[in-house]
Amino acid sequence: MSENEFTSTAYNKFLNEHKLMGTRCRADGRVYLPPRPIAPDTQSQEMEWIELSGRGKLAAFTIIYIAPSAMIAAGYDRKNPYCVGVVELAEGSKVSAQILGVDVLHPEQIKIGMPLKAKFVERGEGEAKKTFLAFEPA
Amino acid sequence: MANRKLGRGVAIVGAGMSKFGAFPDKTTRDLFVDAFREMRASVDKGFDPKAIEAIYIGNYSSDLFEGQGHTAPLMASWVGLAPRPATRVEDACASSGVALRQGILAIASGLYDIVLVGGIEKMSSLPTEKVTDTLATAGDTLYEIPAGFTFPGFYAAMATAYMARYGATPETFMRVGLKNHENGALNDKAQFGQRIADIMAARKASAAKKNQPIPAWNDEMEFLRDDRANPIIAWPMRLFDCSPISDGAAALLLVRDDLARSFTDKPLYIIGTGQASDGGLSDRSELTTVPAARLAGQQAYEMAGVKPSDIQVAEVHDCFTIAEIFATEDLGFFAPGQGWKAAEEGKTARTGARPINTSGGLKSKGHPVGASGVGQVIEIWKQLCGVAGARQLPGNINLGLTHNVGGTGQTCVVHIFERR
Repeated sequence: MSENEFTSTAYNKFLNEHKLMGTRCRADGRVYLPPRPIAPDTQSQEMEWIELSGRGKLAAFTIIYIAPSAMIAAGYDRKNPYCVGVVELAEGSKVSAQILGVDVLHPEQIKIGMPLKAKFVERGEGEAKKTFLAFEPA
Repeated sequence: MANRKLGRGVAIVGAGMSKFGAFPDKTTRDLFVDAFREMRASVDKGFDPKAIEAIYIGNYSSDLFEGQGHTAPLMASWVGLAPRPATRVEDACASSGVALRQGILAIASGLYDIVLVGGIEKMSSLPTEKVTDTLATAGDTLYEIPAGFTFPGFYAAMATAYMARYGATPETFMRVGLKNHENGALNDKAQFGQRIADIMAARKASAAKKNQPIPAWNDEMEFLRDDRANPIIAWPMRLFDCSPISDGAAALLLVRDDLARSFTDKPLYIIGTGQASDGGLSDRSELTTVPAARLAGQQAYEMAGVKPSDIQVAEVHDCFTIAEIFATEDLGFFAPGQGWKAAEEGKTARTGARPINTSGGLKSKGHPVGASGVGQVIEIWKQLCGVAGARQLPGNINLGLTHNVGGTGQTCVVHIFERR
């Protein structure tokens, strides 16, 4: 893979290696996750890969009871709901991810702003095996 | 951006919609024919449909919902308007709001004088799980959906950010749904046109008939707090916080403004239009507002030369109850963080100072996604023409607004209408 290919394929390959990679704009230093090839702020195309700390805080969340097909296949449903949220990373950008290690039956106890750390979750078998980004309380 | 004006004025001279609901025996083309017929009949001085020069159709995903793509020429043909140019517009749930804007721009450009704008969607033929998947394609399928987000989930997440910042509670959202069902009960086109109290009474009667224990709800809030009666979809959004899975179509006839009075004595002049785009939810610096809605609203107000406080009636995109609260803040009706209090105080009720979604909104009227944007305009048309029946607002209603959102706010389109 070329170093300059800031694609979802490259991002997912890094995830498979348990690396959370974003891109940084060389013009103003802003960090983007998902990785962007063109910086929205500066229109700069001078981007570089940067490995993120995986540290962040919870910005928004929900407990999903009516799941999409892919999450049903992963074993979730009305009787086994899951938490998904938006995480604000220490580097400044936000990312959507499943939130593990929280009490999904008591959502009022899950606090916006709580510190989180990245966790890499493997789903599927053989060729279909894929790494998903998740977070858990830090 | 400097204040932009349309090159030529545009007016709406006809409006019609199908009933919204779940219709196993009807496809989009049947629903569009219903809407087109009602639109034709609404042009009180009559007109020759052959005078229509171009067609713009908002449609989100007939491809996935019905296995039918390329719907614009099909609709044009089905109402006898081929070979006129027919263009499908897709911006998720804002598809027909944006189709309206394309129709306006086509007339304003000088290319056409008479344009048909429509919106269509037929969602009910898929099982709920597949509908959830299809709607999810309006999000970012590489970076948001694999995390496990659904559309109710996105809005529920916005709700948790809003609750934490401003102090709203899940009961705040229930009150929005209650209010919209009160309005929808007066709309014969609504999919769920019953008050929550009527729904409760029907469930109690049904339980009694089946010799089952009769639920002990004392009031609507007890019903809405009951996990069995009102199950959680994506906490804190419950079933009665979510717009339904709907089929429906709507149609508008647009003309160059100086032709309007040869079609009808009650034209609606489009005095403001605004549209903006954005990335996905996690791309935004703030999660308690929809930035594209603020921008689209500002553009429309500026073009129209009116202020938020001038607007007498608004149809806003309440795909979920929290979305209505965001909309009333993003459009400047209430300050940031005050929308939920206004909703609880009844200010957005039909009898309140700031009536919102007199049609019943997407919640009660139904949300056939590609038809919803034009469907909103139908209500403003009725209120401004004084033909909204039992839900007609009192007094001289001359200025209305529509706010149509695609996805979580990747698209928003706002229009302002005036009766002169």
